[in-house]
Amino acid sequence: MILNINDMSKAYSGLVVVDKVSIRLHDCEMIGVIGPNGAGKSTLFSLVTGFLEANDGDVVLDGRSLGRHSAAERARHGMVRTFQVPREFANMTVRENLMAAAPRQSGENLISAFFRPRLVAAQEKEIGSRVDETIAFLKLERVADSLAGRLSGGQKKLLELGRALMTGARVILLDEPFAGVNPVLIEELSSKIRALNARGIGFLIIEHDLGALSRLVSKLYVMDRGRLIASGTPQEVLADPLVREAYIGGGLA
Amino acid sequence: MDAYLIAIGTIAGIYLLLALGLNLQFGLTGLINFGHVGFFCVGAYTSAILSTKGVPIPLSLAAAAVLAMLAAWPLGIISIRLREDYFAIVTLGFSEVVRLIVTSEGWLTNGVQGIAGIPRIFRDGAGEAQAVLMLGLTLAFCFIAILAMMRIVRSPFGRMIEAIRDNEEAVRSLGKEPAGFKMQVLLLGSMLAGLSGALYAHYIGYISPDQFIPFVTFQVWMAIIMGGVGRISGTIAGVLILMFFLEGSRFLRDFAPFIPEVSMASIRLGVIGLALILFTIYRPQGLMGDFTKR
Repeated sequence: MILNINDMSKAYSGLVVVDKVSIRLHDCEMIGVIGPNGAGKSTLFSLVTGFLEANDGDVVLDGRSLGRHSAAERARHGMVRTFQVPREFANMTVRENLMAAAPRQSGENLISAFFRPRLVAAQEKEIGSRVDETIAFLKLERVADSLAGRLSGGQKKLLELGRALMTGARVILLDEPFAGVNPVLIEELSSKIRALNARGIGFLIIEHDLGALSRLVSKLYVMDRGRLIASGTPQEVLADPLVREAYIGGGLA
Repeated sequence: MDAYLIAIGTIAGIYLLLALGLNLQFGLTGLINFGHVGFFCVGAYTSAILSTKGVPIPLSLAAAAVLAMLAAWPLGIISIRLREDYFAIVTLGFSEVVRLIVTSEGWLTNGVQGIAGIPRIFRDGAGEAQAVLMLGLTLAFCFIAILAMMRIVRSPFGRMIEAIRDNEEAVRSLGKEPAGFKMQVLLLGSMLAGLSGALYAHYIGYISPDQFIPFVTFQVWMAIIMGGVGRISGTIAGVLILMFFLEGSRFLRDFAPFIPEVSMASIRLGVIGLALILFTIYRPQGLMGDFTKR
């Protein structure tokens, strides 16, 4: 087992937005989280990755409890999220975005940046070649030196995935990776995710495009009004009358 | 006229050190520091007090830079995690607190009367030679600061602070803590401001609290906005533009001798304000372009 989300809860002055949600992500698994708007999916991601403080519950990654760790510490332990609205470093190039994501850079220490130029240059070269591989894998060569802020929605999603890869993450939480992405690029993005999964990276994915998501994941969890109301294989879950009710009730077909 | 140019060059160098610090903080890292003059003030008073008490000037200059940096440290601890607009207010408050302290602690700072007779850095030889040496020293500090900035911009540290400027949450999501980077940037910028303040004190020879009003901070802001935020060339250009308007408007007197000197000072401010407005309308990225136009 790699990621264990236990009884996550969050309330804002009495309004419960996430209510005792538990999800297990086994080794190299891909799991989808669905639910109507306002079900608490993104909040759950923020609780798991430490961007919001949970009222209750714990996150265990590879047997280590991360419940009290900062967002950055959780990311350093190998659990990295992306955002619903892409948060690229808009005034930096695609290449710089990816370089920045590499972990343990001595040049980020000012003393080394000034006084150990050779060490820093060697690391930059090594990170640079990893960035080249990532760019080639994501087929972003044509925009490698463009400002990230000028990319299309789909390219930004690819870039965020690329940054997560550069950190060396073992679990990636994707928040609506297909939102605002054209259908051709959705297939492209799906095949990249599948390839990465085959390399051993686990994925937890929030997505409204149920068709594309069902083709990707082995298991779906359904949230409604902060609670898990169903889980199972995509076929089981999507046939569940309770799920259909929640979706139609939430105004989403 | 030569003496005049040397004087302007020295003042420009002093402003440039301030502006390089602010550009590191705002242009590269996105820290909105409205209290830059506070660190300038700490530097000026530190070197003035120490040197009038007989401490050798090289030591008093170093002490000024270090003390300005130390003053930034507690400020950073309490405010670096604040949202950028709150950070701006706290820094503005900080600089006013510094000014109140130097105004009220008369035993140390001579209060509102200020400190007179601050020794010049170069005291031997003819007046003109002294002035040239002072200009040379100021520009040498500027040169070193520019080289250091260029090194920072090209380093992974520089890449990370630009990432923080663009999106702090994304930086955290990648496993890096923005607070540490922002603190270092705050300290470095304050050190430059402290050094700049010390040079100013020795150059002018007399300091008093009313020289360290928030308007000084905003002049430096105007310089980097007009020159181009986030670029070293923009910072240099911006300081030159600022000097042009500050000093150039003096020559307006030749064209309008009927305006009294007191009104002239206000008109000068008006001219700078107008220039800033025109820049933000017609060239918002600044003269040299900003980080978004790379």
